[in-house]
Amino acid sequence: MRRKISLKPITLLLFLSTFFFYGQEEVEHIEAKPDKKTEIKEYIQHHLKDSYDFSLFSYEAESGEVKHISFPLPVILWDGGLRIFSSSKLHHGEAVAEVDGNFYKSYHGKIYKTDASGTIDYNEEHHPINEKPLDFSITKNVFTIFIIGFLMFAMFASMAKKYKRGNAIPVGVGRFLEPIVLYIRDDIAIPNIGKKHYKRYMSFLLTVFFFIWIINLLGLTPLGVNVTNNIAVTLALALLTYIITTFTANKNYWGHIFWMPGVPWPMKIILAPIELLGTLIKPFSLLIRLYANITAGHIVLMSIIGLMFIFKNWLGSSLSFGLAFALSLLELLVAALQAYIFTMLSALYFGSAVEEHHADH
Amino acid sequence: MEKLINEFSIGLFFWQLVLFVGLVLLLRKFAWKPILDAVEKRETGIDEALKSAEKAKLEMQNLQADNQKLLQEARMEREAMLKEARDLKAKMIEDAKGEAQNQANKIIEQAQAAIESEKKAAIAELKNQVANLSIEIAEKVVREELSSKDKQLKLVESMLGETTFN
Amino acid sequence: MEIPTIVGAGLIVIGAGLGIGKIGGSAMDAIARQPEASGKIQTAMLIAAALIEGIGFAALFAA
Repeated sequence: MRRKISLKPITLLLFLSTFFFYGQEEVEHIEAKPDKKTEIKEYIQHHLKDSYDFSLFSYEAESGEVKHISFPLPVILWDGGLRIFSSSKLHHGEAVAEVDGNFYKSYHGKIYKTDASGTIDYNEEHHPINEKPLDFSITKNVFTIFIIGFLMFAMFASMAKKYKRGNAIPVGVGRFLEPIVLYIRDDIAIPNIGKKHYKRYMSFLLTVFFFIWIINLLGLTPLGVNVTNNIAVTLALALLTYIITTFTANKNYWGHIFWMPGVPWPMKIILAPIELLGTLIKPFSLLIRLYANITAGHIVLMSIIGLMFIFKNWLGSSLSFGLAFALSLLELLVAALQAYIFTMLSALYFGSAVEEHHADH
Repeated sequence: MEKLINEFSIGLFFWQLVLFVGLVLLLRKFAWKPILDAVEKRETGIDEALKSAEKAKLEMQNLQADNQKLLQEARMEREAMLKEARDLKAKMIEDAKGEAQNQANKIIEQAQAAIESEKKAAIAELKNQVANLSIEIAEKVVREELSSKDKQLKLVESMLGETTFN
Repeated sequence: MEIPTIVGAGLIVIGAGLGIGKIGGSAMDAIARQPEASGKIQTAMLIAAALIEGIGFAALFAA
C-alpha cells in the first residue's frame, strides 16, 4: 500500500506540536502518551485527513493537557432525512451526538450511526460495520474550498470591474494576475486548443488553474488545510475535464476512437476499446497526479519538520531545518507546477476533442 | 487503493463539484469574460494604433515625396518659364532687328528709287531746257543769220559750197 | 517467497525516474541546440513527463 511506502522513512520521527503548525483534534493526556513513532505517524495521517471542525492551533497547557483551539462546523447527514447539527456535538469522536432520536459517533474521521451508548461493532479486520449515513457535512476541506471560492470570486470580480470602468490598464492585484491570465491564454489555451475554439474553454482553464494554485499554496500555510491531497477533490476536477472533453468533442475525435483511420480493419477493432479506455485513463492520471504529488510533498515536508524535534541537538536540528526550508521552497514550486500541468493537460485533452481533420492521418 | 476508496468522501466530492461548477459559471460571467474582452479590446486597440501609425508614416512619406515632386515640378516650370522668356526676348529682339533692317532697307530703296526718278526727271528737264535753249539759241542765231538777204544768200552759197555733188 | 510490495514500488520509482530523467536530458539537449524553440520543447517535455508520471503513480497505487 501507498501509505506503508511513504511512511517508511518517517518511522523514526518524533512529533512535537509546533505552536503555529498543524492543529489536532483530540485532547491528549501526557501520562497516556503513546509511543513516539506511532504518535508522529498518527499525527501525519491525521493531518492528511479531513476533519469536522476547523482547528487553528494547539498548545500545551500547564495542566499537561494539549489544548486545541478550533471552531466547529456544521455536520449535514442524509439518513432517511436531513440531519444538521454542529460538529461540537461530536466532541472529536468522544461523544455520541443525538439528533432527532438518532445517534451518531465519529470514528477515524467518519461518522457512523450508533445506538445511544455509542457502541461501534467491528469485523475481524477491525473495520467498523456500523451503518454509515450519507455525509454532506461542511468539513474543514469543504469550508476551505468555499472560502477559496469566495476569495477567488471577490478577487477576480473586482479585477474585472476595474477593467469595465474603462481604463484597460490593470491596477492593483490585476497587475500581478493579468500576466498569468494572459499566459494561460497565449501559452496554454491557444497552442493546445487552437485559435478557433479556445474561447469556449477559457473559463474552465482559468478557474481550474487559479483554484488549484491557490489551494495548493494554502496547503503550505500553517493553517494546515490540505484540500488537493484529498482524492475526492481531484476526482471532481478531473471528472469535469472528462465531461467537458466528452461533450464538446467533434466527429473527428470519436472517429479516432472508434474507427481509427489509416489502419487495417482488424486493428481498428482492437484499437477501439484501447482508445476508449485511454479517454478514461487520461483524466484518471490527472486526478492521481495532483493527489499524489501534494500528498507526497506534505508527508515528506512534515517528516523533515518532525526531524527537527527528534534530533534535539544543534547540528541535526539545524540541518533538518535547512532541509525543511529548501523543501518548502520546492513545494512552493510544485504548487504552481501541478496547477500548470493540470491546466495544460486539460487544455491538451480539449484540444484533441475539437481538433479538425488532418490529411496526414 | 482499497484504502483510498474506503476513505473517499462523497460529501467532499459533492461539495467540490457543486462549488467548482458554480465558481466556473460565476467567474465566467463576472470575471473572465470582462477581463478577456477588455484585454482583447486593448490588444486590438494597440494593434490598430500601430497599424494606423504605420499608415500615417507611409502617408507622410508619400506626402513628402509628393512635396518633393511638386517642388521639383515647380522648379522645372520656373526654369522652363525663364527659358521661354529668355527665348522670347531673344526672338523679339531678333524680330525687331529684322523688321528694322527691312524697314530701313525699304526706306533706302524707296529713297533710292525716288532719287533715281528725280534724277531722271531732272535729267529730262535739263534735256528739255537744253533743247529749248538750243532751239532758242538756234532760232536766235538763225534769225541773226537770216536777217539780211545777203547773209541768206551767203549761207546758201556756203552751204552749197560745202555740198559736193557726187 | 513473497516479494514485499515496497520492492515493487522501488522498481516503479526507478523506472519512472529513469524515464523522466531521459526526457529532461533530451529536452535540455534540444533546447541547447535550438534555444529559440525552448517554449515548444518545454511543453512537449512536460506532457511526456506527465504521462510517465501518471503511469508511475498508477503502478504505485497498484503495488
